[in-house]
Order: sequence, then structure tokens, then C-alpha cells
Amino acid sequence: MPYLGSEDVVKELKKALCNPHIQADRLRYRNVIQRVIRMPGVQEYIQQPILNGLRDKASYVRRVAVLGCAKMHNLHGDSEVDGALVNELYSLLRDQDPIVVVNCLRSLEEILKQEGGVVINKPIAHHLLNRMSKLDQWGQAEVLNFLLRYQPRSEEELFDILNLLDSFLKSSSPGVVMGATKLFLVLAKKFPHVQTDVLVRVKGPLLAACSSESRELCFAALCHVRQILHSLPGHFSSHYKKFFCSYSEPHYIKLQKVEVLCELVNDENVQQVLEELRGYCTDVSADFSQAAIFAIGGIARTYTDQCVQILTELLGLRQEHITTVVVQTFRDLVWLCPQCTEAVCQALPGCEENIQDSEGKQALIWLLGVHGERIPNAPYVLEDFVENVKSETFPAVKMELLTALLRLFLSRPAECQDMLGRLLYYCIEEEKDMAVRDRGLFYYRLLLVGIDEVKRVLCSPKSDPSLGLLEDPAERPVNSWASDFNTLVPVYGRARWATISKCQGAKHHGPELPNTASFATSGSLIPEENKETIQELPDSGALMLVPNLQLTAEYFEKTWLSLKVAHQQVLPWQGAVHADTLQMALQVVNIQTIAMSRAGARPWKAYLSAQDDSGCLFLTELLLEPENSEIQISVKQNEARTETLNSFISVLETVIRTIGDIKS
Amino acid sequence: MISQFFILSSKGDPLIYKDFRGDSGGRDVAELFYRKLTGLPGDESPVVMHHDDRHFIHIRHSGLYLVATTSENISPFSLLELLSRLATLLGDYCGSLGEGTISRNVALVYELLDEVLDYGYIQTTSTEMLRNFIQTEPVVSKPFSLFDLSSVGLFGAETQQSKVAPSSAASRPVLSSRTDQSQKNEVFLDVVERLSVLIASNGSLLKVDVQGEIRLKSFLPSGSEIRIGLTEEFCVGKSELRGYGPGIRVDEVSFHSSVHLDEFESHRILRLQPAQGELTVMRYQLSDDLASPLPFRLFPSVQWDRGSGRLQVYLKLRCDLPPKSQALNVRLHLPLPRGVVSLSQELSSPEQKAELGEGALRWDLPRVQGGSQLSGLFQMDVPGPPGPPSHGPSTSAPPLGLGPASLSFELPRHTCSGLQVRFLRLTFRPCGNANPHKWVRHLSHSDAYVIRI
Repeated sequence: MPYLGSEDVVKELKKALCNPHIQADRLRYRNVIQRVIRMPGVQEYIQQPILNGLRDKASYVRRVAVLGCAKMHNLHGDSEVDGALVNELYSLLRDQDPIVVVNCLRSLEEILKQEGGVVINKPIAHHLLNRMSKLDQWGQAEVLNFLLRYQPRSEEELFDILNLLDSFLKSSSPGVVMGATKLFLVLAKKFPHVQTDVLVRVKGPLLAACSSESRELCFAALCHVRQILHSLPGHFSSHYKKFFCSYSEPHYIKLQKVEVLCELVNDENVQQVLEELRGYCTDVSADFSQAAIFAIGGIARTYTDQCVQILTELLGLRQEHITTVVVQTFRDLVWLCPQCTEAVCQALPGCEENIQDSEGKQALIWLLGVHGERIPNAPYVLEDFVENVKSETFPAVKMELLTALLRLFLSRPAECQDMLGRLLYYCIEEEKDMAVRDRGLFYYRLLLVGIDEVKRVLCSPKSDPSLGLLEDPAERPVNSWASDFNTLVPVYGRARWATISKCQGAKHHGPELPNTASFATSGSLIPEENKETIQELPDSGALMLVPNLQLTAEYFEKTWLSLKVAHQQVLPWQGAVHADTLQMALQVVNIQTIAMSRAGARPWKAYLSAQDDSGCLFLTELLLEPENSEIQISVKQNEARTETLNSFISVLETVIRTIGDIKS
Repeated sequence: MISQFFILSSKGDPLIYKDFRGDSGGRDVAELFYRKLTGLPGDESPVVMHHDDRHFIHIRHSGLYLVATTSENISPFSLLELLSRLATLLGDYCGSLGEGTISRNVALVYELLDEVLDYGYIQTTSTEMLRNFIQTEPVVSKPFSLFDLSSVGLFGAETQQSKVAPSSAASRPVLSSRTDQSQKNEVFLDVVERLSVLIASNGSLLKVDVQGEIRLKSFLPSGSEIRIGLTEEFCVGKSELRGYGPGIRVDEVSFHSSVHLDEFESHRILRLQPAQGELTVMRYQLSDDLASPLPFRLFPSVQWDRGSGRLQVYLKLRCDLPPKSQALNVRLHLPLPRGVVSLSQELSSPEQKAELGEGALRWDLPRVQGGSQLSGLFQMDVPGPPGPPSHGPSTSAPPLGLGPASLSFELPRHTCSGLQVRFLRLTFRPCGNANPHKWVRHLSHSDAYVIRI
């Protein structure tokens, strides 16, 4: 809200502005122009003083006047752009004073906001590049940011610019170094080796910032290290010691460092990193120790044996907050890496005494239910839970208990029958929570139908190793985040930034929303580079496939036979097909599977269908011939529309390539 | 582009509030920031926070929050750098940065902000340019007097008193009053190193990391040139060789942009014309290869009787500094297993102190002479459930939750890398008869000195 000064103040200001020689006293001039932003009543008075100021001899006055132009424009509030003023500002880019030059850029950027900001053409870009050394660090950082929008015409020019920028990578100011790095990454987007080179050179400054005395700078640097690690996992592996935590650091830095350690682990440093992480598990702060345990769980997906051993040792501590997290980690681990089931089952007995919270109890009960046949005392542990079910406060634990006990009943009926009866009785007759009661009733009726039916419902797979690979964020190419480098995006984290910008976008009705939303479901499945190619397609970029399309096999067959093949393509493929994984992955992008050959069949076939929001049907056949390592895709379409067909194929291709990469 | 800038005290009271753009809602933003900061869930970082479409970015400096708000997606590095530069500037102009000095110098701070930022854009932060525009005199709480030697700092212990700068000397404003000509010509040069070390339980060195800085605080009139001569055997990078013997090696060096390096290659001389105020001339890092031995070695032995819950820790601390040097304010911090109650101690000298607090043992040694050895024997009871019966009744393996030990200390007149300032020459001729005073200090202190047990 603008501050409306008293009448006297406004009058005084107007009087000052009417003085034709106001810029003679530079401090007074600045004070007057600075106050203008709060006084909406003086618009018509400021134009002349500002125009005079732009041509003043004193550079200080010119600096104030140039920014005054932006203030004046914003005061008017309309989008009317004064062409003469803009031209004058463009010509002032050649000013002697470096601060005037930078202020001109800032001012033009604000005035021309509606038209996409200040235009950086070739002469301006080269003029700015040549003036760079005269600027102070703030000016350099800002100009580097403006140069991002310049597109060099030729390769030669590009490398000339990069040569000029080289010295800024050595600057002592982290802001300038990061600005220069970003410009390098963006300009050299077609030259991956140049990008890698730059990231190697920025390693030193980044690591220095990571161990800087300023906590805040350290944090920002760590976030950027993580960003780089997403694309180049080995980039900081030899510097892993720099990311060890010290006890005096604040919590948020420790958490970032643990994440970084988790990501840079490789064969050479895994031993040292795990040893360090184990030290954190017994930290005084419960939050930090839990984060460390989860980190070990994350590393366990690749280095299972060592990690499971450490986690088992931690159970020996008999600390509540540690045991509960370890058990949760075990649960996730067993699901992703079935080879460690044996070790986990041996570690579990005895944990139940040290778990009090809901999450931990659920995890333990789940493990006992699913892998109960390998844990000798599983029924007796569950029996304790059944005994105490009346005093149990969390409904989620009770539901988990019902499922687990029923599962265990299938493998060890003699030991479980009695307590299953008691538990069902309690849940149906006495339980207040509706969800639990419903679950109890459901299982009761299921049991009435017969044991085979129960088996069919409950005996789902006990692990799914492919899930972990799907969950893992695929390696992103540098180009996918180059434009986010040295901004707030890595500092907030991509996920949080998405919610923040969504909030803002909703408020401003930003045009970029639908585009991202249509692919939000596909999430990490589609590597960024492909996403870009999809979005670059004209208009049809937002291909929207309808979720939950219901299509009967008969209808599919009829349509399939009546249509011609619109597109045919082969993709490389190795080994057999993991049907579940493929099906799940396709479902994520709203492509339904109609039918599939059984695993191992030769030739292997699958039929898929999808429909976009305009009603256009895509029918697809995947054919895997036994002799050649290729998968053949044939797509049919009920309306001939090439652009949607192209988008559909690129989506499909991405999924198949992703799954194929996982297999090989 | 910054929308607002404000300074909060550690309790959240706004000391300074400045709105640069006039477009964002009032002073309660500062209150909103503090509420967000205190109500933040543990796993989120407070450095960057957002509310509606406004981002808050802050640094903590000497107990104050310096906060900037912006609505653009700007470079976090530049903004954090600006905030810390502002902190230095305010320190330079007000003497030192603190709640008291800020609230005494509100007018000066606003004047500075007016010059540094216009419409939310950085104009200049150089002391030299700002000096022309800042009119307000700083209000200093204690007038500085050279005879006020009652509070002699770290270095007053052994040297002759006349050679020692009083500890408050460096914390005076850049623009002291114009009548006070006698104290004007002073220059302070500090070589400060932060040491972070990790030693494994078998005594092998896992990590050594030295972060060094040469800091200059100058009160000389502008335009005077300073030449700083560093040790000639100073080498940068792994391959360079200089002088005889091992030399003094660092991995990476970066200089302030105003430093002239024409004599650096040949004679290791840095030449610069500093503006008044504080300035980091050079930063360097060194990891893994350290020429000199580490300042401290710890030899722990732990006896742990599971049956009775008795824990005996014997710590022997050896200081490997040269005999003439000493370490000050040494403190050893040893986390203990949960639930430790009683402590009995036998310490090797009376000035030491040990106590339990926050689940850890704290052993304070005010002064440790180089080459000396100190020891402490601590006995504690760890109640609670005895260990699982599968283990033997008594093992020497330490219980989990014990350690790692971390040391904090200061080493005056010692640099771990071995870097020394050979000379500090001024090419400026003072107009008055007073010769400029030059103070050179070397100091190392611990950042994280961790010894696993």
C-alpha cells in the first residue's frame, strides 16, 4: 500500500521537483527521487527532473535518474511504454559509468516487462562482455544473468564468448562464479564435454563454499552439489570427506550433507561413508539419527550386506527411536532387495520390546506377516499384539495386524487359528473404528468363502526389485537443470519449488501450468530430454491421455482389425519382458494393457490401448521376436492426426526405453 | 532485486526495516518472518523460506538476523553474499555489529542502506565510494583509548605489553571522528586458519582440511599501497616446487579482486590498495597433506563392564605443538551413552575442569603448552537394562553411544599450513608525524577436530 504523505510533504516534494536545477545537489536529488515511489500524486511532476537527470554530467545523478525511469513507469501503472525514453535508456548502455550501465539494464527490464524484458542483441552482448571487467562483483553477476538470453549466431562466436567468460570462473565471489557457470552451461548446451569441463572447474569453488564459515552459503552450495550429483553421480566421490558432518553444524546442513553422502557413494568410499554414517545414528538428536538410518537404508539398495549388518547392530542398542526407524528401513529394503530377507528375518526377534510408535509397529507387523514362515517366534509376537489390541490407540496398526495375522495363518495355520478367531471377534464385536471393523468383517467373509479365495486375495508378491529402479530418479542430463542453476530452485528442492510455483501460478493464472500438469503423472519415468522434445512439438504438446480408459478385449479386437497401421517402429530390447513392470509403467502414463503373452513366450506380444481427451483412440501392438533383440511397435489410430500420433509415440517410446534400460 | 531488507534481534524485535519498492505490505512482514522461522519443522532449512509469492532469505550474524525479501527467482549466492557484505559494512561503520551498536546508529544504518541499494538494486558496496556520501558520525559506546589495556585479549599473555594491540582496537568504526588523527594510521592483518580433522579409532588420519584466510582491516587513508610478503616457499597445487625442503603447500588459492599479483609468482608478494574497512585478501584451502604434525593426539582407553554398568574412560591428550607455542581454551566434548549419572574424575592438573551435561562429558583445559601431555580418568555408571545375555559378562568393546570425541581450541601465533607473513610494508607517507601501526597476527582454530573412539 503506498504511503500517502501529509499534504505538506507532498507539496514540499512537488516544489522540489519543480526546481529546474534539482540535480545540482546529487544527494538531494537522490532523496527526492527515492521518495517518489510512495507518492502517487506527483506523477506529472517527475518526468522533467528525470529526463534532466539522464543527461546530467555527474554519474551519480545519472544512476539515480536511470532507476527513476523504472519508478516512473511503475507509478503510471499502465502498460504504455514511452518509446523515446526506452531509446534513451538503450543509448545510455554506452555510458562511461559501469553502474549506470547495469542500472539501465535493470530499468529497461522493468519497463519492458510486458514485452519480455530488455533485448540483448549482438552489439549489446559484446559491449557488455567487454565492459565486464570494469564492473564490480554485483554488476558482473547481474550482467551474466542478462547475457543468458543472448543466443550466439555461430559456434565460433559461442567459443569467443566462453573464452571471454573464462576469467570469471576464477572470481573470488561465489555469486560471480556461479553466474558464469550457469552461463557456460546454458550457452554450451549442445556441447556436453564443455559442460562437464565447467562442472569440473567449479568443483573447487563449490567445495570451498561448502566448508565456508557462513552456514547459509554452505547450505546453498550443498544444494547445488546435490543438483550436480543428479546428473554426474561420480562427480564428487573423491571428495566425500568434505561432506562429513561436524557436531556443531546446524541441523539443516547435516541433513543436506547426509543426502549428499548417500548420493556420491561408490565402491571405493562406501566403507568410509558407512562408518561415518553409523556414527551419526547414535547422535543425540533423534531427527538426525533417523535421517542417518534412512540414508543407510538408501545405500543398502546397492550395498546390501554391509548396510544390513550395520542396521542389525543398531538394533542391539535397544533405543526406541532407533529401533523403529531401523524396522521401517528393513520393511522397505525387503520389498526392494529380496536377497536380504534372510538376514532381516534373523535380526527381527526381540525388536518388539522397543517399538512404541505407530509407524514402527506397522512395519514390524507387516514384516512378521509377510515373512512369518521364516521367523520362528512370529506367531507369539503377533499374539502379544493381539492380547493388547484393546489398548492399542492407532487404527492403522490394528488393520495391519489383521492382514498380517491372516497372512501368517495361511502359512502356519495351527499356531494362528485361535488368536485369529479372537482378533476377528474383537474387531467385529467390540471395535469402535469403522474402518477396522469393516476390514475385520471383510476378512471374516473371505474366510467363509474358502481358503483358496483367501490365498488368491492375500498372497501378493512379497517383493518387487524393479520398483526400486523405477522409483530412483533417472539420471538427468545437465540441460534439464542448467537453467535452474544458481537460482532458488535447487535451494528449495525441485518438489517444493513445484508446489511454490504452482501456488504462485494459480494466483497469477500462469500459462505454464497445464503444460506441466499433463506430464506431472509421468513424473520421474520420462527422462527430461524426452520431455523437452515432447513439449517442443507445436501445440499438440499437451497430449492428454484419458486415465482409466475401459475397453473390452472384444471391442479392441474389432477395432484393431478394422484399422490400418499408422506407424511402425523398432526399438532395441534385451532379455525377457518383466510384464508387471511394463504394465505398471504404462499405467502411469495412462496407457492400458489389454492383453499380454505369458512371460517367456516366444514370440512375445502385448496389446495396449489409450485415448486422448478429444476421443482419439490409439491401439498398439508390441512384438518381441525371439531371434533379434528388438521390440517392434505398431500403432493404429481411429482418426488420422499426425501430431497427436507423434506425441503418443514419443511417450510410448520413452516408457519402453526406460524399462529397457533398467533390464540391461 | 530486493523488495525489503530488515534486521531483527535474536529475540525477533525489528531493529531496522527498509522497504525499497513500496509494493509490499508493511512492517508485519518482519514479524511474519520471525513466526515462520520459529515455527519451522525440523527437517526444513530456514535459509530460504517463502510466504505467498515472497521469498525470505536471511543470514545470522553476531546474533542478528539480516533478512532480505524478494519476489523473483534470483541467485541465492549473490544475495547471501550481499547480506554478509552488508554485515561487514555495518560492522565497519558502526565499530562492531551487535544489537546495541545497531540501535544506537539507526540513522547511520539507514543512510548506508540508501546508498547501497536503490529501488532494491545494489548500487555499490565499496567503502571507498560510500565514504563520500555518509555524513552521520557513528555513536560508539566505549570511546577507544590506547591506554585502556585492562582487557588484553588473547595475545597479551606473554609479549611485552607495549607491542600488543588492545583487543578492542580492531572494533572501532572506519570513520572515527576527524579530530582523532593520532589513531588513524593503523592496519591489522590476520592470518586465520580453520582446521577440521577426523582421526579414526586406530589413530590413522582420515581427513585433514585447512581453510585459511588472510584478513586485512585497514584504517589507513585511502590510496596508500600495502605490500604483503608471504613465505617464499609457498606453493600452490600439488606439482609446484619452491625453495628447498618440503615447502608450504596449499591446494587452492583465490584472491580478492583488488589484489595485484605481478610480484606473486616471483617473490610471493601481494600488492593492494585497500579501502578502509575489512577485506579478505586471500583465501586458501589445503586438504590431506599437512606439513606439520597435528596439534593434538588423543589416546583413549575405555573399559566397560556390562554387568555392573561401570564405564571407565582414560583419556591422554598429547599436544604436538612446538614447545614454545601453546593452545588456549581447549575443550574436549565426549558424548556418552544414554543415562549416565555419576562422574568421578582424576585430572592431571588443578586448572582443568570436567563436568557432565547434555549427555556428554566436557573437559576444559584453559591452556596446554606445546609438547606437554595431560590425562584424565573418568568413571561413570551407566544404569539401565544390562546387555543381552548372549554377550560375555565383561568386554572391553566400548558401549555404543560413546564418542566420537571432538576438540575445540585456539592456537595463537601458529598456522597449521605453516604460512607466515614475512613483512607488511606501506608505501604511504603519513602527513602527520605518527608512524602507522601495523599489527600482524597468526591464529589457527578448530572447526571440527573429531577423534573416533
